[in-house]
Amino acid sequence: MSEKSTISQPFATTGRSRKGEPWVWLTAAGLTFGVLMALGLFILICVKGVASFWPQRIELLEIKGDTTRQIAAGIPSQERLRKDAQGVEHEELQFFHGNRDLQAEAFRYYDRSQIVRSTQPQEMWWVERSENGTAFIFPKQVESDGKTIQAGDPAFEPTLDRVLKKGREVRSRLRQIERKEIGAISREMEALNRAERSREVAPGLAAERRATLQQEFERLQKETAEMRAELAKSRLLGSSADGREMVFPVETLLNYFPSNRAGFFERVAEMVRRMSNFLTEDPRQANTEGGVFPAIFGTVIMTLVMSLMVTPFGVIAAIYLREYATQGMLVQLVRICVNNLAGVPSIVFGVFGLAFFVYFVGGGLDQWLFADKLPTPTYGTPGILWASLTLALLTLPVIIVATEEALSAVPRGVREAALACGASKWQMIQRVVLPASMPGILTGVILAMARGAGEVAPLMLVGVVKLAPSLPVDGIAPFIHPERKFMHLGFHIYDLGFQSPDAEAAKPAVFATAMLLIIIVVALNLTAILIRNRLKKRFAVSSF
Amino acid sequence: MEDDLTKPIALMNDFIKVDHFNFFYGEKQAIHEISMDIPERQITALIGPSGCGKSTLLRNLNRMNDLINGVHHSGDIRIAGTSLYDPKVEVISLRKRVGMVFQKYNPFAKSIYENVIFSLRVAGRSRRKELDETVERALQSAALWDEVKDRLHESAFGLSGGQQQRLCIARAIANQPEILLMDEPCAALDPLATLKIEELILTLKKQFTIVIVTHNMMQATRCSDRTAFLYMGRLIEYGETMQIFERPKETQTEAYISGRFS
Repeated sequence: MSEKSTISQPFATTGRSRKGEPWVWLTAAGLTFGVLMALGLFILICVKGVASFWPQRIELLEIKGDTTRQIAAGIPSQERLRKDAQGVEHEELQFFHGNRDLQAEAFRYYDRSQIVRSTQPQEMWWVERSENGTAFIFPKQVESDGKTIQAGDPAFEPTLDRVLKKGREVRSRLRQIERKEIGAISREMEALNRAERSREVAPGLAAERRATLQQEFERLQKETAEMRAELAKSRLLGSSADGREMVFPVETLLNYFPSNRAGFFERVAEMVRRMSNFLTEDPRQANTEGGVFPAIFGTVIMTLVMSLMVTPFGVIAAIYLREYATQGMLVQLVRICVNNLAGVPSIVFGVFGLAFFVYFVGGGLDQWLFADKLPTPTYGTPGILWASLTLALLTLPVIIVATEEALSAVPRGVREAALACGASKWQMIQRVVLPASMPGILTGVILAMARGAGEVAPLMLVGVVKLAPSLPVDGIAPFIHPERKFMHLGFHIYDLGFQSPDAEAAKPAVFATAMLLIIIVVALNLTAILIRNRLKKRFAVSSF
Repeated sequence: MEDDLTKPIALMNDFIKVDHFNFFYGEKQAIHEISMDIPERQITALIGPSGCGKSTLLRNLNRMNDLINGVHHSGDIRIAGTSLYDPKVEVISLRKRVGMVFQKYNPFAKSIYENVIFSLRVAGRSRRKELDETVERALQSAALWDEVKDRLHESAFGLSGGQQQRLCIARAIANQPEILLMDEPCAALDPLATLKIEELILTLKKQFTIVIVTHNMMQATRCSDRTAFLYMGRLIEYGETMQIFERPKETQTEAYISGRFS
């Protein structure tokens, strides 16, 4: 025993290490708190986002007031406690009714105590349409090609499926005619007008061409009218929960889902279908329904263009600052200014972008290259190019700081070795210093991308819109349209949540969009991280 | 080997001529009035305690000290009769004639192959055949060829420390300089790797004029033909290595080599 104590005493490690323990706990608690906050937010967004696609059971309620009796169908969305004037608490249930063509409000609260019965009738359908939003109905009959098939007939659903399929085909053909062919005619008309004004075309020739175009236009209009008339012949009839007749022409009918009858896997399939629609379709109904494809496209393109613009500029600036400039007061001042640039509120960058890029540069370009289109501005108006440049400016400090650090981390020995081999200073930077600092530079690019992709405020001034009629890249020559306005997921969230006429209806879409924005930012970052790791792996186990 | 036949047999005894050379880091004078002749194709060792100016002197032989702010010098250094400080001399072409190996092995974040041919790349030479030949010749000279010939295109960082240092030697001699400067080339290596490098240095003597800075007395006696002892920026004694170590004329030299101060 005594031997043991003499050995353990001189080391006396327990006391000393215990002194440091509170700090370990404090730092660990700090980290845990941060991680929990971030994780909580992320999980909330993901759960709510995914849930917004889940086809819930449709409930049929019977509500009995003091004097009234009411039947309503819908899906429960949330609960609340309301105190009335007497101070009595009422437990209320919020219901989503859809059927906006029958009643003004799609959401309504019901006092729980007044709900006398709640059932889930097998035959209720969840109907999606391009106008007036979701509807919950009892299907009655489908009319197609002069035939009428009643619900309950075995041919009922197959006929409806066929009608829907045909409706989709005709709609996409209609869209093509309206967007591409009629668009092409109107563009040529415009060009003709300009050419005539500037006397590049003889008036006779122009009139002749215009007549041909007019004819073509009328032919297309006739074709679309015929197709619409054909569509109008097919329709679905149904009734709302309280027995009112509802008519769904195929032109606006998108899909139906017998939510109460469907089994688990059918519902999962329906959820996947809704998700893929969300990712690939254009928005409808003031953005509250349909998909967000243009916004995804706009976000990704803008972020990529921004990165392509900011990286070379930032790296070049950092190389001069770190490698060539004489380190002194002036360089230090420049460095402080660059760092402070990162702290300027982003809306200020938006104002600058609007004044400099849009009005000055864009306006100048219009005067110089597109004078014949004036007063209609081409580049002198907010657009995706100016938005990308504005964000490039915003993220420039991130790249400069990261590059400078990466450059200064390259050991002196390596630089001297390069010079000793007869390299000039530029050769040393280009062949040795830059490759060695590439992982650090890419870290900067990752940070810049994360910052840029999530930025909304400046974009509102320099090019983002709530609904862009066409994408910045499409099949119409010259294929890339950097002057066009675009949609952005961040702005989409703001627009849905705070600008939409029915904020309640937009809530699921807000969560879904937020989840998507996070996923896209993570995906962009992962790509950059993968590239960086490949670079690092090529020169693994650095000995420095 | 052909080189040996075409070159004049008579080697210059004052191939590198340091002539009343003073060197200052700002106000601080690091080298005081050093004059010494370094003979061609011999190994000259610079020894002395830390801060004695031996590295500074070495780094002046390829003007590596130009990179530091606020340095200036007086006196002159001439290689084969041409002053390094002649305004007509380009630093880059000088460094092509004077290779350098550093204390800490410092390969580039490139493949072994690209490391060796770096000096050819920066000189704008890119004929595949020439590059391949250079890699083999330089790696053979650096006694590294057999160890790396199968993984020339792998990262240089995968090599051991001693191999990395030999790679750095191969890199320094790839473009066939006349002079090879070595700044404590074995300081970061274990004894076995050190032995290999020392053997290598002795074989390289046939082709290059070598100036080596070392802290290791044994290394100086094993490798060098001539030894210079520097102390506080002054050249105390300079002569045949045997003479310096066996019969030093100066008491300070004797004190240093016998380990009485450092």
